[in-house]
Amino acid sequence: MGTGRLYAAVAAGGFRRYATYRAATAAGVFTNTVFGLILAYTYIALWNEKPQLGGYDQAQALTYVWIGQALLIVMSVMGGGFEDELIERIRTGDIAVDLYRPVDLQLWWLSGDLGRAAFQLLGRGVAPLAFGALVFELALPGDPFTWLLFLVAVLLGLVVGFAIRFLVALCAFWLLDGMGAAQLAGLCGIFFSGMLLPLNVFPGALGEVARALPWSSLLQRPADVLLGQADPLGTFAFQGAWAAALLAAGRLLQAAATRRVVVQGG
Amino acid sequence: MVSDAHDFIRLDRVEKVFQVRRKTGFLRRERHEVRAVDSISFAVARGEMVGYIGPNGAGKSTTIKMLTGILTPSGGRLRVAGIDPSRERTRLARRIGVVFGQRTTLWWDLPLIDSYRLMHRMYRIPDARYRENLDRCVQLLDLGDLLEVPVRQLSLGQRMRGDIAAALLHDPEVLYLDEPTIGLDVISKARVREFLRDLNAERGTTVLLTTHDLQDIEQVCRRVMVIDHGRLMYDGPLASLHEVGESERTLVVDLERELPPIEAAPARVVRVEGPRQWLAFPASESAAPLVARIAAAYPLVDLSVREPDIEAVIAKMYAERTERSGQVNEEGGVGRGGQATEAVS
Repeated sequence: MGTGRLYAAVAAGGFRRYATYRAATAAGVFTNTVFGLILAYTYIALWNEKPQLGGYDQAQALTYVWIGQALLIVMSVMGGGFEDELIERIRTGDIAVDLYRPVDLQLWWLSGDLGRAAFQLLGRGVAPLAFGALVFELALPGDPFTWLLFLVAVLLGLVVGFAIRFLVALCAFWLLDGMGAAQLAGLCGIFFSGMLLPLNVFPGALGEVARALPWSSLLQRPADVLLGQADPLGTFAFQGAWAAALLAAGRLLQAAATRRVVVQGG
Repeated sequence: MVSDAHDFIRLDRVEKVFQVRRKTGFLRRERHEVRAVDSISFAVARGEMVGYIGPNGAGKSTTIKMLTGILTPSGGRLRVAGIDPSRERTRLARRIGVVFGQRTTLWWDLPLIDSYRLMHRMYRIPDARYRENLDRCVQLLDLGDLLEVPVRQLSLGQRMRGDIAAALLHDPEVLYLDEPTIGLDVISKARVREFLRDLNAERGTTVLLTTHDLQDIEQVCRRVMVIDHGRLMYDGPLASLHEVGESERTLVVDLERELPPIEAAPARVVRVEGPRQWLAFPASESAAPLVARIAAAYPLVDLSVREPDIEAVIAKMYAERTERSGQVNEEGGVGRGGQATEAVS
């Protein structure tokens, strides 16, 4: 398939672009590790006070912390993925060059972002998790099949995360400067993905809503698959439904944005 | 009616009107129209090399955008290779190449060759064809040592050559270049121009080039179109443009000492500043005999020749038009004035 090979090449390019910045990767691993340590000791204090908070024991809570640090950059929870570049291209008008290409914008950026995520999973995800497993007693599964299910949930979470950020980036067509929207989305991402505290901990309606929002696909749900706290198939269905809905919305917005450029000249 | 088969690119009374909203006060906005392209008609045959020139904001880029399908015309009919670009942008994209002097299609962080591999997939270029085209571009544009260099480390001239190669790997039938030599040094400019000439001669690629630099046109294009205020002012050979615009070149001479104005018809002195004098002479004349005559009769220290710039040529064309057909121009003036009052009210 010619098209498949094109997007595979785009993904490979995305992987290698990030692989070129080795010092940045090393610095990022260091930051994630330090941040993980701070969160880990906070969680230990919290779980000593309230054991079984949110249905996790302390080992599970600590595992959650280090999975969070491993996935923080992979999922671009706070932003920092492809969207900054897309927003910049829209702002400067370079997006016109992209429209000359016989490719689909959304698939193009999705492929590139998946390539980036693949690199960051290896380059920035593995090391903090390994560090956490050495220093703390974590509840990591020994069964490779559970890891495989986790990876599927991560992949689906990536697509959901991409779809959200794609929508946010396209706002730049109307807002001229999309950085505000990106920052707002980053804040939502941190809170509703469960990066600060597991969503299981949130009480009542807030918890219900937070768990139903798409951001839970980024961390909470993959983590629960790894921790054996969630039904994998139900998780995949939840993530798949959000991915499909958000990608479709992105497609509609993309069509509107293209029409705007094509008629109004941006 | 001339059939489309004959003309590769054809525009019939094409217009592009932008709606511009302007803030005039708190929550008060008014709309007015900007006519970026105003009823332009021309045709370009397969294999032609055409220069498209005009001052900033004349409508050059808008025309190119319509030709590539990323802008829809507000009126008129436009066809490239029989295709309506804005309706079938993606289909047309496989048959055209586009190079923007100030934008790049290359992957910033990765070696040049990675972007080319991507083009290979993007345009589904057959492997043998890709190899052949890449080798040819690498050789002619001298990219051999640059293929493994990340694009961000390339100089402007190198990046430009890289971008031109990227636009040609899929054998486009027409190549649009928007200011391809902007910011380049003399050697890089010459290289780009030579490459374009070869490309046209060997492959018969149709080339449409917008530029500010008259030398681009002189060295590359046989035909030139001048656009200003969205209207086509001139369409024909470059030599005739100079005649129409009565454009002049300027010879700047430095003499040993202050002297009265040099006498060397048909050149005439337009300015004197100490020992330096500026002489204007018709652009169609060669500078060599003039220089020889001056050198023989005057104590010459240094000299340089300045080419007429497009703005000057166009300004002259305007002046000519006003003289020749004052009435038509007046009517145009009234029209514009009317629009302006509308915008104010």
